[in-house]
Amino acid sequence: MPAGLDARFIALPLDALADAALSRARALGATHADVRVERVRTAAHRLRDEALESSTDVTDLGIGVRVVHDGAWGFAAGITLTSDAAAALADQAVAAARISRPLTSVPVELAPEPVHVGEWVSTFQMDPFDIEAAERIARLVELSRLASRPGVDHVTARLDMVDEHKLYADLSGTRTVQRRVRVLPQVEVMATRDGYHSMRTTNPPAGRGWEYVLGDGWDLDAEVAQLPDWLAEQRAAPSVRPGRYDLVVEPTNLWLTIHESVAHATELDRALGYEAAYAGTSFARPDTLGSLQYGSQVMTVTGDRVVENGLASCGWDDEGVEAQTFDIIRDGTHVGYQLNRQMAYEQGRGRSNGCAFADSSGHIPLQRMPNVSLRPASADVTVDDLVGRVEHGLYVVGDKSWSIDMQRYNFQFTAQRFYAIENGRIAGQVADVAYQATTTDFWRSMEAVGGPGTYRLMGALDCGKGQPGQSAPVSHGAPAALFRSVNVLNTEDEGAHA
Amino acid sequence: MIGDWIEAGLAAATSDECVVIVRDSTEANLRWAINMLTTNGQMHHRSATVVAIRRVDGIGHAGVVSGPVASEDDLLALVGQACTACASAPASDDSAPLPEPVVDADYAEGPVATSIDVFASFAEGLGRALDTSRRAGTEMFGYAEHHSSTVWLATSTGARRRAVERSGKVELNAKHADRIGSAWVGRSTAEFTDVDADELAAEVTRRLAWCEHRVELPAGRYETILPPSAVADLMILTYWSASGRDAEQGRTVFAGAEPGTTRVGETLSELALTLSSGPGVLPAPPFAIVEGSVPGLASVYDNGAPAETVSWLRDGTLAALPYTRAGAAASGRSYAFPSENLVLDAGSSVSLDEMVRSTKRGLLLTCLWYIREVDISSLLVTGLTRDGVYLIENGEIVGMVNNFRFNESPVDLLRRAVEVSATESTLCREWNDWFTFTSMPALRIPDFNMSTVSKAY
Repeated sequence: MPAGLDARFIALPLDALADAALSRARALGATHADVRVERVRTAAHRLRDEALESSTDVTDLGIGVRVVHDGAWGFAAGITLTSDAAAALADQAVAAARISRPLTSVPVELAPEPVHVGEWVSTFQMDPFDIEAAERIARLVELSRLASRPGVDHVTARLDMVDEHKLYADLSGTRTVQRRVRVLPQVEVMATRDGYHSMRTTNPPAGRGWEYVLGDGWDLDAEVAQLPDWLAEQRAAPSVRPGRYDLVVEPTNLWLTIHESVAHATELDRALGYEAAYAGTSFARPDTLGSLQYGSQVMTVTGDRVVENGLASCGWDDEGVEAQTFDIIRDGTHVGYQLNRQMAYEQGRGRSNGCAFADSSGHIPLQRMPNVSLRPASADVTVDDLVGRVEHGLYVVGDKSWSIDMQRYNFQFTAQRFYAIENGRIAGQVADVAYQATTTDFWRSMEAVGGPGTYRLMGALDCGKGQPGQSAPVSHGAPAALFRSVNVLNTEDEGAHA
Repeated sequence: MIGDWIEAGLAAATSDECVVIVRDSTEANLRWAINMLTTNGQMHHRSATVVAIRRVDGIGHAGVVSGPVASEDDLLALVGQACTACASAPASDDSAPLPEPVVDADYAEGPVATSIDVFASFAEGLGRALDTSRRAGTEMFGYAEHHSSTVWLATSTGARRRAVERSGKVELNAKHADRIGSAWVGRSTAEFTDVDADELAAEVTRRLAWCEHRVELPAGRYETILPPSAVADLMILTYWSASGRDAEQGRTVFAGAEPGTTRVGETLSELALTLSSGPGVLPAPPFAIVEGSVPGLASVYDNGAPAETVSWLRDGTLAALPYTRAGAAASGRSYAFPSENLVLDAGSSVSLDEMVRSTKRGLLLTCLWYIREVDISSLLVTGLTRDGVYLIENGEIVGMVNNFRFNESPVDLLRRAVEVSATESTLCREWNDWFTFTSMPALRIPDFNMSTVSKAY
């Protein structure tokens, strides 16, 4: 039976809190007010060599009230869940808006949105918090033992789990209650006797339950069992010769490149400058929307908040906007931004596409990315087909190190494993590799994408953005893809001093 | 009130030992962009962490549960959950006896709060700065925040400790209308009353003027002056990578040549650099507050133990690495708690301006961004320059240069540094969400590796 909302959250005086805050905000003259009551429970276990290093179980529960008053934003948050306290937060939020007013040169307006009333729960079979901590840790011990083979000096295993409940209500009448569950198990093996080497599982965090930790959706046991062999091969691998290589990139690595160079770059708040002093801006400027050749003809990227098991999927966003799917890049051309209601209004776009999110009741909703995914080819193009088109290149598996500049131009990524491709066939691993490119050069060099059989939904649990800092979960779907003539560095050379 | 809740919680604990930490936090913030305020807020949060410990042959089995506490009942519920969790918990890798109990004289005092009113004076100055920027055809962006947390820490073995953590920061970024010329200044502060918006605006405007003349330079190795903010980001990353146990296990840049050894005692820099942290150098609680164990660095079993001032690097030689009390006992080393502040000092009296004047040709950076590990064993990191790379010729700044991606190891930079300035209070850029208090010098690196050009501004 599909899981539902947690009765303990529903038992909170949600309607009374929302009514108290909203009625007070209305009485104070707010033109918009929204209330979020959120309970976010996070558990984490860390094992090293089968011993428990750290175990935490943290619940955050509170209420946040946001208003638009006299054209200015105001926000206040607290932890006392009584009607009086909720009304007092509305007072504080309006007071904050009054402080803001003299420094707000453009009055805040929000794009309209139909009224929604409903409930939404992400897809999972087994609530991970119903599993005793001892059983969760025992599963990590089991995986650790699977990876403990000759040549492996240390094994670390981790499990992160989140259960997020959220009430949203606003002055227009929208009132929604949602629940999202996500988990991430990971195992890493290390060899330290002849220099440091490591190899980690490539499975993504998923909007799933405990069943995912047991292998539903990703054969974790099979991957863990192979880690020692991959590690041994890496230890013996030759160092890469730097230069230009064709790359066949697996979705286990490409998702992060999409995340950094496409998903963040097409956030409208960044493009407009609202993140300029922190996360940065974007080379994908509003005045080039519809004409910027972002990538090759085979590049089509969508944003969505609806895909099953997606980490950014929901029923409604944190401004009460219904979850949607929209094009960001179509046939290589940049055609869409991620929006919230304020920016949708400012840009004359009619309606937000539902990309507002706050990571707790104590933070305001920011424009945050939906699931941003590269579409696969319609034909059944396999990884072997892509590799077969490469004479001299590298096959890239699993994410590792990442870095990108503040306009999302220059990036550098490493991977769990790089394999040489010689004359259309995958040869052994090579070591000390990083690939580095400018975003548009890289995506324009994408000659082909794999078919649906190569497609995987990957993602991140903790994408950071904003001040004060917030983290957000997000998924990225990707097929395998072929890129031509990408700059490859030798990291040993890079680290060598002159 | 909170003290009573804690006593009730400790009394209700069914575990062999129990630690209760209550944190009452208030926060206020302002954010602005494109010469106007964009968001603001003030928040109040109160949470508790309960560490319930079951001992089996002296080895601890811990249940660690955290949650919001609006009432005594909330805290009692957390104690119950933690005790239940420890009943089935496996042995803790970081198990140690609880520290010798200390009772603070101010333990019974209430919380110390902040509010958005702390910005009253600053906001006036900011308003002037935004107005001036608007009239000058430039843009200003930035963020200011102030936190105040009061922490009560009590153990079933008798510790009753209290600490007040107050911290704030401000970042001010100015850009030309084309958003190519860009300058940044930042400050850390404990009380915010010492932040002068007019002074910050004047400094960032002075730096923006350096961007009037623009110079394109290719990738390569350049003589480079890393300013205090950039040095802070690199030293913080080094600090976070300094676990003594991880080094003994061959997993960090501080691993010794032989298995089970570290590089403690090795000279890392010919400059007389000393890297220290603790309550004796910058604001930090005088005892360990650990709401979740950080493997190899901090343990919930160390809650309430003294957080001493430690010199990790002394006169250029690696002197110590962080150990939990359990890790120290296992390794025969001393317990060393990594407080959240950091000072690098070589006793120099040379100013940054003097370093610029003595440079024939080189680069002066503003700050570093998106710094990520590439190779753990050498602590090779990659990242970007940001908000001002300035070309120095014959002792003068002659213009701004394009940004670069770099690949460098901060440990290797310490070895190659040839000059160090006077140490000053600074705000790091990349890690200031987590790390507010640093005092750093500038470093001159004769051959900094600018790996590729970034087109970003």
